[in-house]
Amino acid sequence: MARYFDENQYAIVQAACARLIPTDQDPGATEACVVDFIDGFLGAFESDPPLIWAGGPFSGRFGGDPRFATFHRLNHRDELAWRTRIEGSLGIPERERLGPVVGLQEKYRTGLTALGDDFPDVSPEEQDRRLKADEEFLELIHEHACEGMYGAPEYLGNRNQVGWSYIDFAGDVQPRGYTDEEVSQP
Amino acid sequence: MSRDFDAIIVGSGPGGSTAADVLTAAGWSVLIFERGKNYLVNTEKPSELLYEFSNDEIKFWSRHFLGPDPWLEPRTFRRRVSEGERTHVGEVNNLPATVGGGGTHADGKVPRFREDDFHVLSDLGPIDGATLVDWPLGYDDLKPYYAEAEKLIGVAGEAGSNPFAAPRDEPFPMPPGAPMYCAVVTTAAAERLGYHPYPGPTACNSVPYDDRPACNNCGFCGYFGCPIHAKGDPVASLRRALMTGKAELRPQSMVAKILMENGQATGVEWIDAEGEHHVEKAGHIVLAAGATETPRLLLLSGLENPEIGRNLMYHFQTLTFGQLPMRLHAHKGRSVTHLQDDFILVDDESRAAAKAAGLPWFKGGLVEHGGAAHPMLESKFYPWGPEHKDMMRASPMRDHMVGFTMQGEDMPQSANRIDLDPEVRDIFGLPVARITYEPHRHEIAASEYYGPKLEAILNEAGAIWARTATSPHVGPEMRQGSFTNSSIPASRHVVGTARMGTDPATSVCDEWGRLHDVPNVVVCDSSPFPTGAGYGPTLTLVALSIRNSRALTT
Repeated sequence: MARYFDENQYAIVQAACARLIPTDQDPGATEACVVDFIDGFLGAFESDPPLIWAGGPFSGRFGGDPRFATFHRLNHRDELAWRTRIEGSLGIPERERLGPVVGLQEKYRTGLTALGDDFPDVSPEEQDRRLKADEEFLELIHEHACEGMYGAPEYLGNRNQVGWSYIDFAGDVQPRGYTDEEVSQP
Repeated sequence: MSRDFDAIIVGSGPGGSTAADVLTAAGWSVLIFERGKNYLVNTEKPSELLYEFSNDEIKFWSRHFLGPDPWLEPRTFRRRVSEGERTHVGEVNNLPATVGGGGTHADGKVPRFREDDFHVLSDLGPIDGATLVDWPLGYDDLKPYYAEAEKLIGVAGEAGSNPFAAPRDEPFPMPPGAPMYCAVVTTAAAERLGYHPYPGPTACNSVPYDDRPACNNCGFCGYFGCPIHAKGDPVASLRRALMTGKAELRPQSMVAKILMENGQATGVEWIDAEGEHHVEKAGHIVLAAGATETPRLLLLSGLENPEIGRNLMYHFQTLTFGQLPMRLHAHKGRSVTHLQDDFILVDDESRAAAKAAGLPWFKGGLVEHGGAAHPMLESKFYPWGPEHKDMMRASPMRDHMVGFTMQGEDMPQSANRIDLDPEVRDIFGLPVARITYEPHRHEIAASEYYGPKLEAILNEAGAIWARTATSPHVGPEMRQGSFTNSSIPASRHVVGTARMGTDPATSVCDEWGRLHDVPNVVVCDSSPFPTGAGYGPTLTLVALSIRNSRALTT
């Protein structure tokens, strides 16, 4: 169940991410569920605590208690900052201290509308043409796709660590770490 | 006059934590204010360590976990007055705003300054447009405090390995940690060209030290907090201070103003997490908010010495990177393990190059041997589409790139300064720090001279390509993907904005950090540095903090 996107938007983001980080002999954005990372970020405040800062110190993947999945509580100032970034200032005075802010949610709504409801069904060439038509939105979704592909899985992307395994990256290795030999030898 | 504490300390980074440790050891009661949150140590006895840092690129690179949030607490920037009130609002060379301050995110290279660094003007002579002065103290004055600082924060290193180091009387508290493979390759190449790389003095445990474990080489080091407290973030000093029962640590508490009566500070006005204003009284105020926030607080408090905030220096970073044929796995280890000081020296050849550039001399800076590390950051540089994954698999940046950061010494300039932005306010309603800064041609010329030498080392190491950039970028800004080649410096080494000296007309504080105008206010961070040297400021500011704090109590 998506947190922020409706079914149509979800499908468009998924199709767009599949163009950005395609599936080839290795898994791509689709298998990594990058769309769930983006949906989780735009809908961060659907959870309590919100999906902004994962916990620490360990994920449990290399030992220790799995604490990443317990997200941090935000104090009210941090909540204000992150709600302003995600939801926009929406005319609320305390969110407009530095001027009006267009939120990520609105940027996505506008960007996805421009890509079109038929985006998942058009040819790959047409998909690329539409993505390139709005450079600013392309940059935004590219940045998020990268975070969703290679960030910690607790943020809902990088499912089953597919983003790390195909590049042979172990990810968060605490508390095991690496041996001195692994650090110093070829 | 009521006095609740012997001292109020503003800032819990390396300077403030050290002051707390020294003052409480002498029996003083202290109250430490920290504007950021506390992920480091329980404020109540027995003050066990907290564990919230993690190997998480999103939290540390994309979401301001260590603070400050640039929307809540922005800064503003312009290169020069003629550009208008500001050209940028947001993040400007931010150091963490969290308990532990800059100690939490650093990769912890903590060399001492050299003897020469304390009297550059006398040794080398003036440079046009630079406000060079000698320090009011010398290396010998600071030497015992350097030794104490190395013990206090826990430094691993190898005495005698750097032929250009200032003299020292004792071994480092710990031996060096494991050399990163990329540094094994580049240091061998540097040695073949006659340079002198050495294992950098590093505030990161190579063996268990001071009740903290040895580093296990996780690789999430520079810009990340240490998940296991193997770094010499100032947690040890802070914890020791708290355990005396004489220190109180108050996170999420912003000091808005130093209160003064008849030329003496009486306390501070501060703002709590709910936005309420309060007052606390103390006999002394120790300022350790860093070289951006300390002058800001002095200006917010109404102090009028026209030198406050001036002579702002960063390091002019020369960033030379290249691609080697073999995989370097620089994501394993301490971010940077080796340094070289060859380019700090002034010799006949560099003088000739300086003269050709219209300067009497120039100095480069410390060179860090390092590699790139993590995939999320790497991925944002690569194009999207089918190429993306080919690039990620081949990994020319993360796994094959190696390079150098030269921390080039900045010339102090009066026009480079911190002042209060006339319009932009932070979430507390206070005017934010405005940075006006552009490099002197000294550091640009030095960078142009040393950049090709750094590229030559990479070529000797077998690089397929090598390129040099600088931070700040000189000339028009350029964008690559989501990255801007910015004219805002990125060094996080900030010094010089409350210059120390003997003459109140040309300096802000004396050699003990005491403000000329308000002598019971003592600066214990990098603001008093009269010159920047080509070395990171942390160990020197900790040594000064010990010296200044001890002077208060004896």
